[in-house]
Amino acid sequence: MATTGDSIFAGVRSYAAADRKITRIPLHYPYPKRWWIAFAVTGFFVLVWLVSVVWLFWRGVGVWGIQMPVPWGFAISNYVWWIGMGHAGTLISALFLLINQGWRNSINRFAEAMTVFAVLMACMYPILHLGRPWLFYWLIPYPNTMTVWPQFKSPLEWDLFAVSTYLIVSVLFFYIGLIPDLASVRDRARRRWVKMIYGVLALGWRGSARHWKRWQVAYWICAGLAVPLVVSVHSGVSLLFAVGLEPGWHSTLFPAYFVLGAVFEGFAVVTLIAISLRTIFGLEVMVTDRHLDILGKLVLATGLMTAYGYLFDSFHAWYSGDPYERGTLMDRLFGGYAWSFWATILCNVVAIQLLWFESMRRRTWLLFTIAALVTFGMWAERFMLLVTGLYRDFLTSSWQSYWPSFWDWSLFAGTIGLFLFLFLLFVRLVPMISIFEVAEAMREERADG
Amino acid sequence: MAEWTDDGACLLAHFDNADDLLRAVTRLREEGYRLLEGYTPFPVDGLAEALHFEERRLPRIALMGAVFGGAGGMLMLWYLNAYDFPINVGGRPLDAWAAFALPAFEMLVLFAVLSVIGAMLWFNGLPRLHHPLFDARGFERVSSDRFLLAVGRADPLFDAERSGRLLEELGAVDLEMLAP
Repeated sequence: MATTGDSIFAGVRSYAAADRKITRIPLHYPYPKRWWIAFAVTGFFVLVWLVSVVWLFWRGVGVWGIQMPVPWGFAISNYVWWIGMGHAGTLISALFLLINQGWRNSINRFAEAMTVFAVLMACMYPILHLGRPWLFYWLIPYPNTMTVWPQFKSPLEWDLFAVSTYLIVSVLFFYIGLIPDLASVRDRARRRWVKMIYGVLALGWRGSARHWKRWQVAYWICAGLAVPLVVSVHSGVSLLFAVGLEPGWHSTLFPAYFVLGAVFEGFAVVTLIAISLRTIFGLEVMVTDRHLDILGKLVLATGLMTAYGYLFDSFHAWYSGDPYERGTLMDRLFGGYAWSFWATILCNVVAIQLLWFESMRRRTWLLFTIAALVTFGMWAERFMLLVTGLYRDFLTSSWQSYWPSFWDWSLFAGTIGLFLFLFLLFVRLVPMISIFEVAEAMREERADG
Repeated sequence: MAEWTDDGACLLAHFDNADDLLRAVTRLREEGYRLLEGYTPFPVDGLAEALHFEERRLPRIALMGAVFGGAGGMLMLWYLNAYDFPINVGGRPLDAWAAFALPAFEMLVLFAVLSVIGAMLWFNGLPRLHHPLFDARGFERVSSDRFLLAVGRADPLFDAERSGRLLEELGAVDLEMLAP
């Protein structure tokens, strides 16, 4: 084990115990009543989402608060927020696999599910924002009767390629990581139709040495490709801003600053999910206090890197000497949206300082609160970066404030509801912790110590 | 030399831990058995090596996918924007490779991942709805806490009596002969 000293999975007695504990959840769900209540509540927000989308299709993007000079609004800031959330899931799964961090084996599954659902929420926003969303396929280079091709000098095209690749790769990585556990559920299931469904999904997995070897090689290669993919996807997102002419989006730090902020936000959301799942399902032996401690450290570390971004993005604006850059900086600090800047600083820089202390990281409720603050703080940051760059640009006569309309908010609430709805289905139907990887880590741990 | 075939004609020995399985595989290889296969709940370090099984094709296939996706992507973007439908945007170069690099990289990743996962499933003979092994007694415990060793009946050294005794000596807790 690369982590120090004591055992992470000391509390799990045997492979069979780990297997039973996890496969029991999809097969004999322990809290059906609470699940249905949560399902109904999130289901209501799925309806809110549906109504918001239908209304948007009916009336057009005018139902949102966007105007000139702020044509982006929630559609793009929430897109950046959602896709950023996904990146931490990929890094926990892929990066920590490559650097042999065995503790990651009990949190990678739900982190990957979070990635898949967050990317789904993200990729819907730019399409809805198109104005004529039903023509979104015009972005795809296919031979057409108009005899035109898309322009690949445009970051919109980069995003199409980056986000669709990221979605496909995340889904495949999630799925091939899941196959051995689907086989496990198939083997534990008693009812025939349940066995058949999981059997088909497990693709006939038999766990032979040759299967495992090829699976491992493929999984590692995918992991190795997923890490640079994350960096490229979110760098592409930051270039979406940087290619524009607006002030406030041009520090050379942007790609790194965006990627780190995304990972920071994602670690915070993984922390929220880890704490919720282990509390609800009593999984403390697998998602241990050590995991929360490590997640706390990761939130702190990536948060400090993001704070460096805040500092140098501001320094860059001041040092450029450009009056518009400086003007945007002053708008951020003291303008109409100063609340979003200071909320960002308070949540993402000040609040996380408590995580320096182990006693604080070990307090579950405190860690949960800080993670929730960071999740909100990163949302405020994306909003701040976007709106302050736009609402007062070069032409003073067109300065105008942006305020999200009811339909902006309802769509946002709807996407959160849809995300949670999908997550509930995941928790109910799929092993939420990777059974075989926990068993593998247990074996390594016991062989070493 | 005969290769392991996944036809289910084998003697299945159950072990209740990975170390016993590894020891049995090593011993049987020493005895000269070649048609061996292990079944485990999780990837056991060193098992593939003990079986002298190597997988060299997958990394190469991934590389081919990456080259195809990356170079093909770059070529496609050049064809679309510099050759077939050139648009002069502020006098910037038409073959804007720097701008094409990001989408071409995404295509590199996409094709590498698709080809390596496709090849992994293909070589593993998946998806497959049924397999004779699923009828074996207690095979469902492979996904939980059992470690199985299969000795192919086509192995020249195979002898139901002798091989069975050897496996029991090596700590097998259960034996079953499977007909194809």
